[in-house]
Amino acid sequence: MSMPEKSRREPKFHIVKRSSIVWWKAWLVRVAAVAAALVVCALITVVLTGKNPIGVYATMIDGALGTKRRVWSLLQNVAMLLCVSLAVTPAFKMRFWNIGAEGQVLAGGLATAACMILLGNRMPSSLLIVVMAAASIAAGALWAVIPALFRARWNTNETLFTLMMNYIAIQLVSFFTYKWSVPKGSGQIGVINRETKAGWLPAVFGSDYLLNILIVAGLTVFLYVYLRYSKHGYEIEVVGESENTARYIGINVKKVIVRTMLLSGAICGIAGLLLVGGTDHTITRDIAAGRGFTAIMVSWLAKFNPLYMILTSFLIVFLQKGAVEISTIFGLNDSFSDILTGIIIFFIIGSEFFISYSIRRSGLKKGEKAA
Amino acid sequence: MGATAAVELRHITKTFGSVVANKDVSLTVNRGEILSVLGENGSGKTTLMNMISGIYFPDDGQILIDGKEVVIRSPKDAFDFKIGMIYQHFKLVDVFSAAENIVLGSGEKGRFNIRRSAKRVKEISEQYGFEIDPMKKIYEMSVSEKQTVEIIKVLYRGADILILDEPTAVLTPQETQKLFRVLRRMRDDGKAIIIITHKLHEVLSLSDRVSVLRKGEYVGTVMTAETNEAELTEMMVGKKISLNIDRGEPKDPEDRLVVDHVNCVSRDGVQLLSDVSFTARSGEILGIAGIAGSGQRELLEAIAGLQHLENGEILYRNPQTGSTDNLRDKTPLQIRELGVRLSFVPEDRLGMGLVGNMDIVDNMMLRSYRKGKSFFLERKEPKGLADRIIEQLEVVTPDVNTPVRRLSGGNVQKVLVGREIAASPTVLMAAYPVRGLDINSSYLIYNLLNQQKEKGVAVIFVGEDLDVLLELCDRILVIGSGQVTGILDARSATKEQIGLLMTKTNGGDACEHA
Repeated sequence: MSMPEKSRREPKFHIVKRSSIVWWKAWLVRVAAVAAALVVCALITVVLTGKNPIGVYATMIDGALGTKRRVWSLLQNVAMLLCVSLAVTPAFKMRFWNIGAEGQVLAGGLATAACMILLGNRMPSSLLIVVMAAASIAAGALWAVIPALFRARWNTNETLFTLMMNYIAIQLVSFFTYKWSVPKGSGQIGVINRETKAGWLPAVFGSDYLLNILIVAGLTVFLYVYLRYSKHGYEIEVVGESENTARYIGINVKKVIVRTMLLSGAICGIAGLLLVGGTDHTITRDIAAGRGFTAIMVSWLAKFNPLYMILTSFLIVFLQKGAVEISTIFGLNDSFSDILTGIIIFFIIGSEFFISYSIRRSGLKKGEKAA
Repeated sequence: MGATAAVELRHITKTFGSVVANKDVSLTVNRGEILSVLGENGSGKTTLMNMISGIYFPDDGQILIDGKEVVIRSPKDAFDFKIGMIYQHFKLVDVFSAAENIVLGSGEKGRFNIRRSAKRVKEISEQYGFEIDPMKKIYEMSVSEKQTVEIIKVLYRGADILILDEPTAVLTPQETQKLFRVLRRMRDDGKAIIIITHKLHEVLSLSDRVSVLRKGEYVGTVMTAETNEAELTEMMVGKKISLNIDRGEPKDPEDRLVVDHVNCVSRDGVQLLSDVSFTARSGEILGIAGIAGSGQRELLEAIAGLQHLENGEILYRNPQTGSTDNLRDKTPLQIRELGVRLSFVPEDRLGMGLVGNMDIVDNMMLRSYRKGKSFFLERKEPKGLADRIIEQLEVVTPDVNTPVRRLSGGNVQKVLVGREIAASPTVLMAAYPVRGLDINSSYLIYNLLNQQKEKGVAVIFVGEDLDVLLELCDRILVIGSGQVTGILDARSATKEQIGLLMTKTNGGDACEHA
């Protein structure tokens, strides 16, 4: 058969959506992505700084896990990031874009600090801690439920609303840090109840951080069960997947939105409690440290599965800690560590594309499918 | 004949994952000819045409335009070869006028001059006998006008190979005739026209040749003049099937659902339903016919408690208690709590009836998950129901834990209808339950509806195929622009009668029917 000349070149590759993928293949893709990211980072390190990339990576690991203290600090940070990630997850699963976790954590932290300062020496510490917990949970929930109510009642845009609530929380914290500052007018609160340690969460087995970690571990299990096995979790999933279906089967969508945001905010409030009462024993505007936003990434990367989130939050904290160490040891500035973190996260997110789609070479005969 | 074909497909194969959409398909269309591509839903007609228009790229095989092999990688490539496709779902900007939509993306050089463009649009319309006002906005247009805009759009860009995907699906019989006249005129003008359809009578009245696809494979091409409905059906479905649906006489029908002077207005103030009244009786199938978007969806949603009524009543006569309940403005939950066993198979299966990303078991729970006081879900019963439905309705699925969006259209519908019937309803509403289903699945659904009717359920069936409505239903309610334009006895009514009622509006110049 004579082939007439083609007027255009055929495309070399095309993209095919996978119908499914075996779990180990998906993990293979992810591991390959991390490996590829490390190679790219190494190249960039050499080109930009002339340092030995192996040394840089060793420094990174050392920075995150080098000493016992560093390991504890890493775990504490993982726990805090995980806690905020758990908080945003039910909302995101419901397709309610809560980007106000930062403000909700601050609200919880501020309530904790207020209890410690104002009630500090008026009641026994154990009772104080109960009051602090109740206040922080209520404050976080309040900060989250306001946008939820507006969304349910007037269909306002929750993304903008929750974002704006962050700024209000930051300003409130600024105001009160000034009002309660020690010494007066310094604009800093400093360590609260340094002598009496009133309202400080107790050390468990001699570790200041262990209680936080245990509480977050408990929350992780709770949220996994809540989302997967409870009727509430089921309703959240239906509302998130399709509001029409929810209406069709008679779910009260507004009620579910408000209830879920109360939960989301309450967990943020707990994060605020743990930060102020458990580790920092003070409050500043930066106490949430951007976790409210990083948490969104942790949650998405883990596909809203609380158990996977342990892994993703660990990864991100590890990268952050390691990157900071690199910049101090090698005398590079902070931007360089951000570049490395960015590259690695880019590769991890990008790998999801290769899990959903495969790239085939055109013109392959059946049987010799590209892997 | 004799000249080179405008388009020739040679051994085209296209797969999506493990699904073979087209397998070794070859066909040709000449200039000055109308070719019908006939096949059931899911037989790969649209996929095949999408490869000519640049949406998909074939895995294997060649496409020749005027005898030269070409590679069409994008719709833009297709336009360069003067191929224009008119899709089933229109791709128009609502707030633009007809002329603006037509010019949009045409890549004309020079300054944008809407008047000049409008003049060209006028010329094209006159040449082929379209009726269109170039300055009219799309949102003010009827479905048939929108379709006209789509056709002019491709002609404006100089297309001389036209592909129309199910162009008559949304048209009344009268509008269909008008479209066919236009298409014949274009054929006489030397254009090559491909029309995708699964309606046999249209094939016979319009096309010169017919190519038939079955399950993605090419069956054959015949001259229209030398074939008949029976032969085409056989080519299409593989074996002779009786089009007869068993229709028993309703057994002691009693009024079950009385819809009384119902009015319904959309959020933008558009009248969706005006003064709709009818009665659905137990043991009978009430068909609802009408052009798509005439208020069918709103009517069913109003009954199901999903649509707010301006005024009017929806009364349910409870066969157990003998009491009458007003369902107006009750939520679906309140309706269920009244003991009203109302099942609803909505038109939008994966957007409303089911949750695509959930597995079959979790979809079974949608109706029943609230049962019991426990805070936790009970998945044992739904799992049993899922197993039963998979077995009884022969749902093809790897297992019960497969997300329903991975199932084929027919199997999705079996899962949905199975769940709704499992609730042993007294009223069963089904909106377009066989849309997109192959013949076997369609008949399975018809049989299920018939079984429900025999059990004394009041069945309300919204359909689009008038032949099926006439064979399946006991009575047919015709709805046009939100009004009931007639209720006919399905045993004596004709298609023409229904067609006329579909376009009639009660106000204005429409003549009164006795």
